[in-house]
Amino acid sequence: MDKPLPVPTPTTQPFWDGLAEGQVRIQQCDDCNHWIFYPRHLCSNCLSSELSWKDITGEGTLYTFTVAWRPTAPMFADEVPQKLAVVELDEGPRLTSTLVNIEPEDIAVGMRVKPVFEAVDDADITMLRYEPT
Amino acid sequence: MGLRGDAAIVGVAEIKPERKPVGEQLFSIERWAELARTALNDAGLTARDIDGVSVAGIRETSMFAPSTVAEYIGAEVNLADYVDLGGATGTGMIWRAAAAIEAGMADVVVCAIPSTPIPQPPNPPSMAGRFFGASSAAFGSPQAEFDIPYGNLAQNCGYAMVANRYAAEFGYDEAALAKIAVDQRTNACANPNAAFFGQPITVEDVLNSPVIADPLHLLEIVMPVSGGGAVVVASKEIAKRTKNRPVWITGAGERLASKTPTYMPDLVRTPIKYAADRAFDGAGITRSDIDMVSIYDCYTITVLLSFEDAGFCGKGEGIDFVREHDLTYKGDFPSNTHGGQLSYGQAGLAGGMSHCTESANQIMGKAGPHQMDKCDTVFVSGNGGILSEQVALVLQGD
Repeated sequence: MDKPLPVPTPTTQPFWDGLAEGQVRIQQCDDCNHWIFYPRHLCSNCLSSELSWKDITGEGTLYTFTVAWRPTAPMFADEVPQKLAVVELDEGPRLTSTLVNIEPEDIAVGMRVKPVFEAVDDADITMLRYEPT
Repeated sequence: MGLRGDAAIVGVAEIKPERKPVGEQLFSIERWAELARTALNDAGLTARDIDGVSVAGIRETSMFAPSTVAEYIGAEVNLADYVDLGGATGTGMIWRAAAAIEAGMADVVVCAIPSTPIPQPPNPPSMAGRFFGASSAAFGSPQAEFDIPYGNLAQNCGYAMVANRYAAEFGYDEAALAKIAVDQRTNACANPNAAFFGQPITVEDVLNSPVIADPLHLLEIVMPVSGGGAVVVASKEIAKRTKNRPVWITGAGERLASKTPTYMPDLVRTPIKYAADRAFDGAGITRSDIDMVSIYDCYTITVLLSFEDAGFCGKGEGIDFVREHDLTYKGDFPSNTHGGQLSYGQAGLAGGMSHCTESANQIMGKAGPHQMDKCDTVFVSGNGGILSEQVALVLQGD
């Protein structure tokens, strides 16, 4: 079975287009200023439809992580040990990612991390991974 | 506020957990019917008494499960519930049934969850989707787009990330976490129905078992089994003429805010806090009134967080609490007396129902070799997904 890849939707396409350009781009609500991730049709704070796409640095802190020594699914066996991460963006929202360019024993909650844009071979998609700053 | 306590669990059924099930395979509607019959028999009621069904885990249909079940068992019902709360489904079924009964909508509600292998057709469908666990891989699902492609799927890695966040905020002692699994195994060794009956373990065994997702060891993770569970919830009038000591549903609470832990408001302050406060307030009792707790235990970390957030100890004090208390059925803080899912086994969606059937059996006085000397008041938690759907119940005998 192939590794599952993101399939952008009309709502989320600008996020993936941003990654392809090497830019993290997320939504902010024009009405309540709430930062939103993952991309939505309505604000996850006030349900407003008035959302704008904003370019951000994509930097943040490591909220938590795990090192999976058994693959979380067979398709991910080539990534073991999987360095799974939850990153808290400086704007507030959290996102799921994986850490690169770091050894498992060096990972610590609270460390500063920055984006790594990883174009997937033979697919029109760029993944958002993270490394230490 | 909340329930009046005028509905009771009056009958219980359990399918013995099996790691490698042998014997006849039945469809889940057939198992549902069997569970209903067993639970009604246990109460001294008959099929003709049913006027409500609460359904989950019916694998022969993806829609209209309650009507499929009612038709199959030949029941004309006044309440047809379908509950979709993952591991909190059993607890969620029970308070909904109690609320419906108190509102006069029904008198005898069977809440049943089968989880046994079903017969396969001559050309079985692809099993490709099974790796995703409770994560949705459907187009447009946020998980399919933003979580699964990074390998964040199923349960182990999510709970491991919970544990690491807990460690960073409050400190960690893997031996204390292991003790939860060990004490529950002691309980399972007094429960002939438990999947790990006759197989005691030590803290060293837990810590020497393989690390699956750091910091979680294999023996801190539930064992999937075949099984199932059911209860009959009935009105006060019906409860008076049933065979068992009625188990009154005196308090309940429910809380959830997320599906994927990445998006939880706070990964280590869990929704059970609100559910438990509501359940205790509704029952009009305090934590010290509890004789036994039945805490949803997919992982040891879930138990630790639930002890804290349900208010049995302070936030960040769970490790000391576990060290200082004997969690066995003979101990000073009996927890998961059937062995918990860690040692009784987790029968899919029915895993959470085992906490309800065990609690009812303890109050009814028919738990078996691990029966407590005194058990009148129990706190039950349900937990779905990764600390997502959380339900609390207070159950009491007269």
